[in-house]
Amino acid sequence: MRALVIDDSRAIRLILVQILKALKFEVIEAGHGLEALEKLKESGPLDLALVDWNMPEMNGYEFVCEVRKDDRYKDMKLMMVTTETEMAQVIKALEAGANEYVMKPFTKDMIVEKLTIMGIDVG
Amino acid sequence: MAVTPADFDYISKIVREQCAIVLEKGKEYLVESRIMPLVHQEKLESIENLVKKIKQEPRGSLKDAVIEAMTTNETSFYRDIHPFETLKKEIFPELIEKRKAKRELNIWCGASSSGQEPYSLVMLLKNDFPQLNSWNLSFSASDISNQMLNRCKSGIYSQLEVNRGLPAPLMVKYFERIGTEWQVKEELRKMVQFRIINLSEAWPTMPQLDLVMMRNVLIYFDVEMKKNILGRVRKLLRPDGYLFLGAAETTLNLDENFERMPFKQSGCYRLKQG
Repeated sequence: MRALVIDDSRAIRLILVQILKALKFEVIEAGHGLEALEKLKESGPLDLALVDWNMPEMNGYEFVCEVRKDDRYKDMKLMMVTTETEMAQVIKALEAGANEYVMKPFTKDMIVEKLTIMGIDVG
Repeated sequence: MAVTPADFDYISKIVREQCAIVLEKGKEYLVESRIMPLVHQEKLESIENLVKKIKQEPRGSLKDAVIEAMTTNETSFYRDIHPFETLKKEIFPELIEKRKAKRELNIWCGASSSGQEPYSLVMLLKNDFPQLNSWNLSFSASDISNQMLNRCKSGIYSQLEVNRGLPAPLMVKYFERIGTEWQVKEELRKMVQFRIINLSEAWPTMPQLDLVMMRNVLIYFDVEMKKNILGRVRKLLRPDGYLFLGAAETTLNLDENFERMPFKQSGCYRLKQG
């Protein structure tokens, strides 16, 4: 399985990449939404993207909107991993097409449980 | 089994010193629920004995085990997921079909702990089986701890807790934000009758049950009490009702009247048929 980790914090990316690699994912990283869209063009559709909300250039919400406009990525699971914790933000992300939502701080268990909820077999 | 104020203070102190987690007053239920499995595992009978042993051997492994128990949260919504998948795809459709004439379902969660299990079930029923809205649904959830029960009734969970196993679409649908915490909506809280039941003592009168959830609680009892509890569940369960145990629990060698159902990692049992 292949995943994209999008976060402007290198430290957070490192943690998420470690979690996904331990679950046998091949992982691509991006520091903001625009970079993520470009990497997605190169890689083609992936199984999963973990998406931060607040980032420079293009934020995570805008990234989700862009991805959901493109039918090629319709099966790709999108999970927000963000410090945004207002109910309105969760609703906004889900309505834009995010499949799941994790509020920072997170643990490995939380990520694994959410992947399972999305039907991703983590073994 | 209640933790004394002195033992609570001692456990709070070592947890704070070792990992900077602060256990404020009012978190006694948390200490009890996390430490009791360790007490049983170490055959120490009480939290008091466990604290005594740590004090006698301050460099022993027991102290680390306490820290680990207090910092590893095993409770989550839809815990272990497979039992809930089985309930959604197999058990509830079957029970609803069989009970459609009477339009009545009786459910009991025998170890509701901090409430994630009963609320996961109520959300499942509400979301996936809306036809039950007009049924006579009796849903009781019990725990031995009064503090735990008050917590269940309030339906209030921290951000960390709602991050655990709760699908975001259900959180949006069935929770409200209260300050920094999240509360189960009143319409769901009203569906569950929370009560104190000590499984090892006499149980209150209950109706014949269609579903009993008794997950991860038999492990706390000795063999005789496990047999006793399963025997009483057998009498309460309707002949075509179902019992769910934890992944590491079984009726094998305890009560031969049950048979395990072949659903993936669900711990689902029913009474032997015919």
